[in-house]
Amino acid sequence: MTEILSAAVIVGILTSAIRLATPYLFASIGEAFAQTSGVLNLGVDGIMLMGAFSAFYVTLHTGNVWLGALAAMAVGLLMGLLMSLISVTFKAEQGISGIGLYMFGLGLSSLLFKVLVGTVYTISGFPVVKIPFLSQIPYIGQIFFQHSLPVYAAFLLVPLAWWLLDKTTWGLKIKSVGQNPAAADSLGVNVDRVRYFSVCLGAVLAGLAGASLSTALVNLFQENLTAGLGFIAVALVYFGGWRPLGILTGALLFSVVNAFQLWLQVLGVNIQSDVAVMLPYLLTIAVLAFSMNRVRQPAALNKPFERGEN
Amino acid sequence: MRTRALFIVGLIIVMLATACGGQQQAPAGGGEAAKPFRIAVVMPSATTDMAFSQSMWSALKAVQAEMGGETALELKYSENMFKVPDAAAAIRDYASQGFNIVIAHGSQYGASVEEIAKDFPNTTFAWGTDVNTFGLPNVYAYTAAAEQGGYVNGVMAAMLTKSKLIGVTGPIEVGDAKTYIDGFVQGVAAVDPSITVSKTWTGSFSDVALMTEAAKTHIAAGADVLTGSSQSVVGSIGAAKEAGNVLWFGTQQDQASLAPELVVASQVYDWTALIKQMIANYKDGKLGGITYVLELKNDGLKIAFNPNFPLPADVKAAAEKAIADIKSGAITVNP
Amino acid sequence: MPPNLVAAKPILQRKLSIDLKDVLFRASLPLLAMLAALVIGAVLLILLRANPFQAYAAMITGVFGSTSGFTQSLTKATPLLLVGLGICIAFRASVINIGAEGQIILGALAATWFSLTFRHWPGWLLIPAVLLVSFLAGAVWGFIPGVLKARLSVNEILSTVMMNAIALQLMNLLIRGPLMDPAGITAGTYLAQSERIPEQAWLPRLVPQTLLHAGAILAVVLALLVYIFLWRTTIGYRIRAVGLNPDASRYAGINVSLYQALSLTLAGAFAGLAGAVEVIGVQHRLLEGITSGYGFSGIVAALFGGLHPLGLVPASWLFGSLLVGADKMQRAVQVPSALVDTILGLVVLFVVASSLLSRRWSSRRTIELSTTEEANS
Repeated sequence: MTEILSAAVIVGILTSAIRLATPYLFASIGEAFAQTSGVLNLGVDGIMLMGAFSAFYVTLHTGNVWLGALAAMAVGLLMGLLMSLISVTFKAEQGISGIGLYMFGLGLSSLLFKVLVGTVYTISGFPVVKIPFLSQIPYIGQIFFQHSLPVYAAFLLVPLAWWLLDKTTWGLKIKSVGQNPAAADSLGVNVDRVRYFSVCLGAVLAGLAGASLSTALVNLFQENLTAGLGFIAVALVYFGGWRPLGILTGALLFSVVNAFQLWLQVLGVNIQSDVAVMLPYLLTIAVLAFSMNRVRQPAALNKPFERGEN
Repeated sequence: MRTRALFIVGLIIVMLATACGGQQQAPAGGGEAAKPFRIAVVMPSATTDMAFSQSMWSALKAVQAEMGGETALELKYSENMFKVPDAAAAIRDYASQGFNIVIAHGSQYGASVEEIAKDFPNTTFAWGTDVNTFGLPNVYAYTAAAEQGGYVNGVMAAMLTKSKLIGVTGPIEVGDAKTYIDGFVQGVAAVDPSITVSKTWTGSFSDVALMTEAAKTHIAAGADVLTGSSQSVVGSIGAAKEAGNVLWFGTQQDQASLAPELVVASQVYDWTALIKQMIANYKDGKLGGITYVLELKNDGLKIAFNPNFPLPADVKAAAEKAIADIKSGAITVNP
Repeated sequence: MPPNLVAAKPILQRKLSIDLKDVLFRASLPLLAMLAALVIGAVLLILLRANPFQAYAAMITGVFGSTSGFTQSLTKATPLLLVGLGICIAFRASVINIGAEGQIILGALAATWFSLTFRHWPGWLLIPAVLLVSFLAGAVWGFIPGVLKARLSVNEILSTVMMNAIALQLMNLLIRGPLMDPAGITAGTYLAQSERIPEQAWLPRLVPQTLLHAGAILAVVLALLVYIFLWRTTIGYRIRAVGLNPDASRYAGINVSLYQALSLTLAGAFAGLAGAVEVIGVQHRLLEGITSGYGFSGIVAALFGGLHPLGLVPASWLFGSLLVGADKMQRAVQVPSALVDTILGLVVLFVVASSLLSRRWSSRRTIELSTTEEANS
């Protein structure tokens, strides 16, 4: 047990956590945009799978990870348009549309994999880029500055999303249609358009979350590669109270505990592996339950907007 | 009104389709001269899982090729049948379609096989991995003594590790994921008891991301040889590949193609002998009642050395000695 | 508030004159949507060089052409209906329960443990006791997120997603520990399954040589009870009031958090029952993967059934048939099973999208009706 407190192990835990948090950051921040505009998208996992497959497939055939990422974004956008069409234009129940989208994404990505690829291949994904000078700092350098580009991008997304949501008129519009679409509408905001934009932005980021898995973290694709990661990402949005900084906290907490439990097992600490695997889930609930700060959800979340109804 | 008309048109189309489909199916089920031998298999995961299901599917394909293609051996499959009621329906369906052998390739299908086999006494059923034929004359049970290949892999791993630290990335400590690793640990200990084998279990057969990170954690802790089981270990192999100087030992399928420079050897499940024996027995009128264990002894388990990996001669010799000793019974590996 | 309710309100007021055309139209819309999804599926089938007519014919004859297919669809509908009833209660109180997967696991664990521990009890006592224990175990797994929401305002989507993962690991722990089949340990196979439960704990089979069991009847009876509970009792009325308008309910003196927690607890309890029924009705033991994803497909079934307990009965049967037929199709034309998932996803998306048209239609009909009535008077 003393070993777990050594500097090397702590550096190891934090380095792992940074990697583990990457797909959550992309997907959760994306989902935060959608939810802030009033659309609950439970289909994140399906979009991630489609993104992961597209990025993998394009990289496998072109050898260019950038084209792969671009493909993941494009496919994410298409999935976002589908989700918006159903939940915004057709005003369908959002929870069920999301689950439909998940089933569709899971099925189609597996089908495409089976037909176009057939078996598991590893690819060379985004290489690790050591940031000059910064990566030389003892401990800190290894933890933060020796990762692949998607990892940096995920963390840079946090301030960017904060700025977009809190400091721009776009952000204001997104919030207003999520809080009070009728009022926003009467002020001349096109509610549907803002929701389309937010859902699609979220879906593009979910596509990137998938790409970060298949072309940076695990460098391969397999059926159901995400294994439900997208659902955790949705949960983390609630943990973060729809604020990028809160989501960062949640994603890091979950990932640090996850990395911690892996190290517990590696170091042979006497704990049942299943209990170890449970830890991140337990702690995420516990921390949220006992932290005092509470944010009210967007008032119009999960409510389709129809003119003249309210 | 128009929509209702549309609906009726839709219904008519569906009915027509039903009729057409029925007609097309009829000749196929008729049964003429030179009937091929027919085998159907029901599997819990995908035929491309690089693990358990794929090992059976490729064996069937290999036997088919050997027998002379689809005209000699007809194969049908149902994959991803992780829901037992669906699998039971599939097993019963294939049996009633007159397949000669129906393979239920999952230990969870036992109860279904026991029930259905009684209703189709002229069909051979095979299921695994388990050892129970329920006392029925038309049921085979098969299992793999995964601990044997685990032992051989362990012997090689112990001789190749320099850091004296070996990492195991497993899914859940059950079935052949457990027995393989138990054998592996015994193999390592037989060479050098001072070597530490540390194990991580991700609690999932499919979580590739966590499996990858588990492997990276072992590597960060100093492990230079890794092994593991389940379809999600492709992530561990990827992690070893990224680290560059970490070796990998595979099981269930030959995993060399995933990292030709790092995979030392894989324990391969070879079901072809079982399949061929079942076909031969069927033709002789014996439909089952046999428990078949894949072992090194009967070539059901094979150690596939990766030809691209420069394996030192003494290590290979030790591995071959371990294989011979297990075959002869000089070494017993406990599951 | 679930949007279906918004749309349903004007109809409920007008429901006195049952209009056949209206009912027919509203029932045929989802079917049309399903057909549209199947047409896209046909394109995919053609791309995979499979004959779509043969495929869909196999799907239909697979379900309706034989006793085995038909009973199978009912067997499949049973857990969907049970899970769906819970989802329905929760949705009525405006609570989204993603946690049915975990709640099913808890029910299944409790059923296995109880029937193995009290294996000497006679069946007439053991079966009801198992059902009760599983009901309670599922309820606990729903109560935790319920109370977290009520007392500490932890969002239920977050807590139920996490509770699913926790339940899964709990099952892993037990299945490779105290619940592992001793025969598997003796044989050295260490399979991820429990011992078989005693025969007197099995639910009676309704049709021999099929898996259809008495749980199907139980589920339908419970659907009726849930309907009575929600529409004929004060507690049920309050649950619905909380869902329709939490603010107004609060002013009316209803303890909103309490009723939301109660609805989540009940949702968990019904999912727990689904777990029990899978163990004592179908599998007769605990297995890895016992939930079969019913926790998610139950949500779909619930919404197909218009979040109404009685609507759920045909809806879960329809959805069950779809799942069974899709499997038959896979077997008939030998396409990858992923194609089946893709088509099912499309069906869900199309059907849910069609609800807008159905709502538009009904509000138009309501206006038409009132104008004609006004003219008549």
